[in-house]
Amino acid sequence: MPQDVPVLSVKNITKSFSGVPILKGVSLELREGEIKILIGPSGGGKSTLLQCMNYLVAPDQGQIWLDGEEICITKKRDVYAYRRRVGMIFQDFNLFDHLTAIDNVAIALRKIKKISKKEALIRALKELEMVGLADKGHLYPAELSGGQKQRVAIARALAMDPEVLLLDEPTSALDPELIGEVIAVIRALANKGMTMILATHQIGLIRNLAHEILFMEQGLIVERGTPGELLSRGNPSRTQGFCDRLNELYDEN
Amino acid sequence: MELSPFYQELISSLNRGLLVSIALIVPSVLGGIVIGILAGSVRVFGVPWLRKAADGYAAIFRGTPLVVQLFILYFGLPNLGIYFTPYWAAVVGFMLCSGAYQSEYVRGALLSIKRGQYFGALSLGFSGVQTIVWIIIPQAVRRALHGCGNEIIYLIKYSSLAYIVTCIELTGEGKTIATEYFRFTEVFLVIGVYYLVLVSIASMILKKIETKWHIPGFGLH
Repeated sequence: MPQDVPVLSVKNITKSFSGVPILKGVSLELREGEIKILIGPSGGGKSTLLQCMNYLVAPDQGQIWLDGEEICITKKRDVYAYRRRVGMIFQDFNLFDHLTAIDNVAIALRKIKKISKKEALIRALKELEMVGLADKGHLYPAELSGGQKQRVAIARALAMDPEVLLLDEPTSALDPELIGEVIAVIRALANKGMTMILATHQIGLIRNLAHEILFMEQGLIVERGTPGELLSRGNPSRTQGFCDRLNELYDEN
Repeated sequence: MELSPFYQELISSLNRGLLVSIALIVPSVLGGIVIGILAGSVRVFGVPWLRKAADGYAAIFRGTPLVVQLFILYFGLPNLGIYFTPYWAAVVGFMLCSGAYQSEYVRGALLSIKRGQYFGALSLGFSGVQTIVWIIIPQAVRRALHGCGNEIIYLIKYSSLAYIVTCIELTGEGKTIATEYFRFTEVFLVIGVYYLVLVSIASMILKKIETKWHIPGFGLH
């Protein structure tokens, strides 16, 4: 595979909900090991874009390519296979409430990848170890803190060996004390070269991790560039203004 | 202690009736649950025409008195050439009626599962059916358990309507004795105790299942 073929690329995605356009033609590409960060005001379409990128919400128009192959949304089997290769992390975790942490990680290995129960549990334990939760495997989601739940959710996605990870505001539902542990896991993933697209308001992640920042507003990417380009002091960009306000909020705390 | 002839006859009749009652209740409960799960699932996940059909079924059987349903099954259907024995008329009636109520509990439980649970499963590559089987149903079962258990307890008591279609069970046997000896108060008090025991046993079994299936986060414990 030539190096310049993006791992994941989406072209001209549009989506309306009951006549209201949410995405008005969004295109982006993710190269191997690249981290893109989506920022922008709520309602700008970040979540919908990520959900469309996993076909959890069917886009009205547009194409998605994974490793240079177009994914045909009308073929259900292709969509299921595609989702196995693209991990997704949600704002509110979406752990399976009836399963323990370790079974949350193992169930897709067993039911989708058809790995034996024993091997699935070994793999699940390994993934839980990576997010620092090897001793919490027997607990149910209701018994875990928000930060622990999100780390289990990350372990669950990673167990499927995804080529790309889509993260939809992974720390937004967490209180400040728990955000750090999730950010540490995301940083570790970045260091390992995981290809990611991440919607977040965490200024530290935006500044330090992003190879490119995409500023979304009213269903369009209105600005894009490296943190160096967009976040230099006194830059008149929308991104800089937005991040200034995030900074102000932090200073107030 | 020797019982008086009246009580001897009463107890032996009621015991005979009790066996018939149990023979009515057990298949009706099981059938009701199966119908309830099928109809409830169809009412949530089914294609539109199937959903409408299941909605219609539930509306009719929840909307008409059980006595009327039993009369139609036993006395009405023979006009169309469909004959039921009293026992089967009662069992079929109970199953259909109970299934309609159960479908409502199942439907409510399925609808109570948040969208995020589907998203979580689909994002890992589960198909729609796999999501329902492995993720949604195990959770919905736990949510539906209390309601379905309640319906089972109702069913134990409305099984007494079987005597109306001449299937002589607990209440029917008792009524015969009561009429014969003209001692209604005593007879029906004893019948009441029989039902109380049946319901208590059912409650205990349900409680056991509830404890066994308990998962932190589903109900209080």
